[in-house]
Amino acid sequence: MIKILISFLSFAFLLGQSNDMSVQEIIQAMDNNLNAKSRVLTSKMIVHGRRTSRTIESKNWVVGIDLAFTEYLSPPREAGTKMLKLGDKLWTYSPQTDRVIQISGHMLRQSVMGSDMSYNDMMEDRPMEELYNATLEGSVMIDDRDHWIILLESKVKGLSYPKRRAWIDKEYLLPTKEELYAKSGKLLKTSTMDGIKKVQGRWFPSRFVFKDELKRNSKGTEWVIDEIEFDSVIPESRFSKALLRK
Amino acid sequence: MIKFLTKGIIRDRSRSLFPVLVVTLAVAMIIFFQGFMDGVMNSMFLDSAVVSTGHVKVMTKGYKEESQLLPNDLALLETDQLLDELRQNHPDHFWTPRITFGGLLDVPDENGETQSQGPVLALGIDLLSDDSRQIEIWKLERRLIDGRLPENTNEALLSTRLAGRLGLSTGEIVTLIGSTMYNAFTTYNFTVVGTFKLNLGPVDRQMMLVDISGARLALDMENAASEILGYSNSLFYNDTAAVALRETFNKGYSDSIIQVLRNQQSYETLSLMKDWNNMNVKQYNILPGQRSQGLADNNMYDNIKEWGEFSVEDAGVFSPTMMALRDANQMGNMVDYMSAATGLIVGVFLVIGMIVLWNMGLMNGLRRYGEIGMRLAIGESKGQVYRSMILESVIIGSIGTLIGTVLGLGLTYYMQEVGLDYSEAMESLGSTDFIFSNVFYAQVTPELYYIGIMPGVLATVLGTMLAGRAIYKREMAQLFKELET
Repeated sequence: MIKILISFLSFAFLLGQSNDMSVQEIIQAMDNNLNAKSRVLTSKMIVHGRRTSRTIESKNWVVGIDLAFTEYLSPPREAGTKMLKLGDKLWTYSPQTDRVIQISGHMLRQSVMGSDMSYNDMMEDRPMEELYNATLEGSVMIDDRDHWIILLESKVKGLSYPKRRAWIDKEYLLPTKEELYAKSGKLLKTSTMDGIKKVQGRWFPSRFVFKDELKRNSKGTEWVIDEIEFDSVIPESRFSKALLRK
Repeated sequence: MIKFLTKGIIRDRSRSLFPVLVVTLAVAMIIFFQGFMDGVMNSMFLDSAVVSTGHVKVMTKGYKEESQLLPNDLALLETDQLLDELRQNHPDHFWTPRITFGGLLDVPDENGETQSQGPVLALGIDLLSDDSRQIEIWKLERRLIDGRLPENTNEALLSTRLAGRLGLSTGEIVTLIGSTMYNAFTTYNFTVVGTFKLNLGPVDRQMMLVDISGARLALDMENAASEILGYSNSLFYNDTAAVALRETFNKGYSDSIIQVLRNQQSYETLSLMKDWNNMNVKQYNILPGQRSQGLADNNMYDNIKEWGEFSVEDAGVFSPTMMALRDANQMGNMVDYMSAATGLIVGVFLVIGMIVLWNMGLMNGLRRYGEIGMRLAIGESKGQVYRSMILESVIIGSIGTLIGTVLGLGLTYYMQEVGLDYSEAMESLGSTDFIFSNVFYAQVTPELYYIGIMPGVLATVLGTMLAGRAIYKREMAQLFKELET
């Protein structure tokens, strides 16, 4: 029995050595995969509503963590709607009303285009390393792939999700599954990602699934990345309020 | 005989003026009181019905469960078809679709930037259809404070309080910020064409009224509605009729499995079954009824606890269900309480009126003790005297009742049109959620035309009959003695 225990501990130690990364390094590697200096992407958001599913197509230009511009391409009702994020401010333009409206306060908690994502979810895309303290909780096999389980607890105030638990694939260094919690410990949202492939030297998923756990019987929202280009040059004029109306 | 008695009544004013006056006043008061109570009760229900409940209303089961959240993602779809069916099957009611939604109203400055912003509770009602009675039942022409009624899809009316808070005046454009029925963010511009004051306590604090076509465009709700409201054509709320209508509708429409079967065209599948085509029409028609009955028996779809365990995606949540006015929050108790209180008060008043008139008939009979003695002494039979007195009281009662009814109806009609304003008292109830009119109106109802007969004629006649019994106790010998004195 003692021999078995010693063998098991030795194996576990060796296994730990094979994943020779600190928690901090894991989080950094994950941030490096998910964030870039800039990115231009075309994506589809498939919102599974109670009655029907809707597909919303958009093009995004993102520079760092402060600048983001989104233009909705379809369906016809949403086409031409634009969103601009400058730092912690968010504006939306709708061609039907020809109005630029700043989204602030409780409006930021509202869903984007009826999806399971809120405007806050879109705003809080700073690197995890800056926002959370990480603790390694263990390892687990999911779909025959080895994952770390990491608990992230906020180190800055005012985050939408003060606590999150991530299942990070040891090869891709991406959180293939995440649970997002309120301060009270209540599960608010879950997200998964799949279709991971190598894009410009980094692993990146081609599909995310977000699910608002507070929405009764929510079927979740799929976010499918059709095209993505990292570190491309985006002119500064892309992020001007004037462009919203053009 | 009648002519003779009528002449006698007219010539002897002590026999006509006072009794007719008493009967007139009593009947007029009873009629007015009944009309006023009916009016108050109906006006109370009608205000709730107009603003929120309808006399009956149809919505999806899911919407009913979550109605506090205004869940337009659970709205009724294909409402034109449902409206046609309702209008065809229940022509004693008029039916109107409605969209209730919340959001923010954003007022732009000259540069299009936000100048002011505030929450809004908006109602999309049918203001523009030719056959719509919404302007009539909302009394919008009377309640319009400034501007005019909407004439286009993108025109809106704001409550004076909301317009004041946002610093808006007519002609300005406001942007609604809200969610579509698919929960997508939406903005829509409305032009404020007028302001209104409902005089219903706190209800219109944040209210905006738009035509349903505008609400449909703003919320992406083509041919959809949060609810379909039904009102009796007379606008008078009959609780028994409303409950019966609810029962009938829910048996026919709200059976979710029937709805699912219908939607999935399961009848076509069933038609492929052996012997289906051999069934006669009678047997064929019995089947849906049996299925409905079976489901109604186990009460599964009426049990909220069991219902809560259902997945919201169960197609049953989208099937229409009907609620009567009494099913709305606390309204059932209110209906019962008001009906009982009105019945009791009017009943007590009626009894008192009848006792007064009865007593008058009695006194009238006794006052004419000497005259009766004389008539008996000169040879009239006791029966003749008794009958003539009763006939007289019928004539007096009828005249009094007729005048009293005309007077009472006139007063009631006046109060129906003018009403009793007590706005100041209602302002102190600013925190209550109960929809309550600031002005009481009476209501002329069909029963007011005949309710006066009971106290006016019957009580007077009964009093006379009681007093007239004394005629039969008079002895002839005694009569001659009375004559000598």
